[in-house]
Amino acid sequence: MTKKLKKRLYRIIAGAVCYAACMAMEKLAPVSNNVLLIAFLVTYFIIGGDVLKGAAQNIIKGQIFDEKFLMVIATIGAFLSSQYPEAVAVMLFYQIGEWFQSYAVNKSRRSIKDLMDIRPDYANVYNEAGELVSVDPDEVSIGTTIVVKPGEKIPLDGEVIKGETSLDTMALTGESLPREIRTGDEVISGCINLSGVIEVKTNKEFGESTVAKILNLVENATAKKAEAENFISKFAKYYTPIVVFLAVALAIIPSVITGAWGKWVYRALCFLVISCPCALVISIPLSFFGGIGAASKAGILVKGSNYLEALANAETIVMDKTGTLTKGQFAVTKIMAVNESEQRVLAYGAFAERLSTHPISKSIMAAYQQKNGDMTIMSSNEAVEEKAGFGVVAQKDGGKIAVGNEKLMAHVLGADAWAACKEKYLAGEKALSEGTICHIAYNDVYWGFLLIEDQLKEDAAECVTGLKKAGMRLVMLTGDQKGVADKVAGQLGITEYYAELLPGDKVDHVEKLLAEKSEKGKLIFVGDGINDAPVLARADIGIAMGGLGSDAAIEAADIVIMTDEPAKITTAMHISKKTLEIVKQNIIFAIGVKILVLILAALGVASMWWAVFADVGVAFIAILNAMRALKLK
Amino acid sequence: MKKTVILEDLDCAHCAGKIEEAVNELKDVEKCSVNFLTQKMIIDADEAAMDGVLKEAKKIVKKIEPDVTFTVK
Repeated sequence: MTKKLKKRLYRIIAGAVCYAACMAMEKLAPVSNNVLLIAFLVTYFIIGGDVLKGAAQNIIKGQIFDEKFLMVIATIGAFLSSQYPEAVAVMLFYQIGEWFQSYAVNKSRRSIKDLMDIRPDYANVYNEAGELVSVDPDEVSIGTTIVVKPGEKIPLDGEVIKGETSLDTMALTGESLPREIRTGDEVISGCINLSGVIEVKTNKEFGESTVAKILNLVENATAKKAEAENFISKFAKYYTPIVVFLAVALAIIPSVITGAWGKWVYRALCFLVISCPCALVISIPLSFFGGIGAASKAGILVKGSNYLEALANAETIVMDKTGTLTKGQFAVTKIMAVNESEQRVLAYGAFAERLSTHPISKSIMAAYQQKNGDMTIMSSNEAVEEKAGFGVVAQKDGGKIAVGNEKLMAHVLGADAWAACKEKYLAGEKALSEGTICHIAYNDVYWGFLLIEDQLKEDAAECVTGLKKAGMRLVMLTGDQKGVADKVAGQLGITEYYAELLPGDKVDHVEKLLAEKSEKGKLIFVGDGINDAPVLARADIGIAMGGLGSDAAIEAADIVIMTDEPAKITTAMHISKKTLEIVKQNIIFAIGVKILVLILAALGVASMWWAVFADVGVAFIAILNAMRALKLK
Repeated sequence: MKKTVILEDLDCAHCAGKIEEAVNELKDVEKCSVNFLTQKMIIDADEAAMDGVLKEAKKIVKKIEPDVTFTVK
């Protein structure tokens, strides 16, 4: 509780005690009306002094018809009609309501602060004397060596130059498994160092570092307002004047007819107190902020309330294949051997590819290492000849290994021999279209091939199932060959997909899908953010995967998933739907209660008590409901 | 250019909306947004006019919510 809140609470308690004393005096002690009036007035000033002061200040500045002013008018009205207890009680009730409202706002502000608690406070650097000192991360320039001890936050992005450790990336990615880090690895600010001392050479200034960018993004996300928020602003614009007009009418017309001015003016005042749109004005943005906060806790950055809102209305989702559903990492998934054992086909393939750094070569080496463990033969320095566009030809044990595509085979075996070989061994072989094929021949005899494929992400299937269950139209687009797309789509159960697309084709497809969806429905595009910026921009909502450490992805997309997990898309949609549910509940609840009490007040059933409840009580409940958005998962 | 202003003790959401609207209507202000929850106001305005804009914005804040402390970050 803040100091200010505490002070207000003490005043409310003191006021309540005085009020009880006044009531006791009225009931038990025979005092004159004047003494009673003074006692109640003193209590009134204790409780509502600040309200009176605020109202007076506002009137001087020409701001009438705010809550405080209305409360003052209403309570003074009660005093004038000799209803002292009611005047004081209404003020007391109003203050209690206001206090709870402030308390709830404060509490949500604190939860948000906790959420943002990834900002590093200091960085350890060496000063001129070589001593370690703590400085503000803002003051550290690029290329400085900083020391991060266990338990500390990494203050700036950089490269580890000494030491190894594990990092807790939970605050950034929602991922609970620690990440292992060694010398030479890149580290990202905002992670917590768990085990060892590391020295990091910074490569970004604080303002440009990941943590600063994320904080900035989340803090400013609510600046992009959702339609629901704009609706409330518009609603308030028409609603307030209408209510004021009705209140004036209610005060004048029946009074002129019946002559009972006091009664109808009182009802009109109740009307004005009820009308305050505070419940909506606070709780709607708070719900969105909570939803965005909850998403960022799960490692999903949402760049605006509008995107969070749009996500709930998503109808079509277009997913890129490589880097989104698949890892973009290659692995040997099949060895086909003829004339030789699989073991030797792999070993000779790996040997020929040992000097290359191409991802395909690396995957063959990795497969060999996994099977054999022993890599000593790989340190041989026998000649390797690279034939660009074909493959490699290497020497081993006095023989010649050729590893590469069909063109290379036709070249080393001779076109006719290769055609015969294909006829004999490869007819009807499905694997040939499922990925990259490396044929292997030794001393001009065909040995077989290795199938190298991209790997599905572990949660790709879960993601697809979740999206289908949500009734989404799911489309996969890929630049890869058709056979590869067929296989991935088959494994995941995707029925609509287009393969062999150029980057421009993807935009065309998205345009077409945009035209096909319903007016209200939204289209999501999910990519890895590397070469799909135009499509990300064209879609209603662009989601980039693997944002951690990729500035390009953070720039280009509307929503960034920090980890590589596509299943987070369904998490984001869940948070979005729940947030909107809360928003709708609050709109219906607040407007519903207000209209009901307005009618009751006009009929004279609802007194000032009800009016105060419809104002501050409803706001308090709406805020509490909105705070649930912060805890969504 | 963008400037962030901290509005300490901003406790009334309705007033935050009023401040936002009024500052947005100032000449030279490209866009202004007030975040009630983080108690921050972000003003986007021309660099040359920024000082004047901030002065005007402060006046508006003081008028609508006299208890708020206005600090330019």
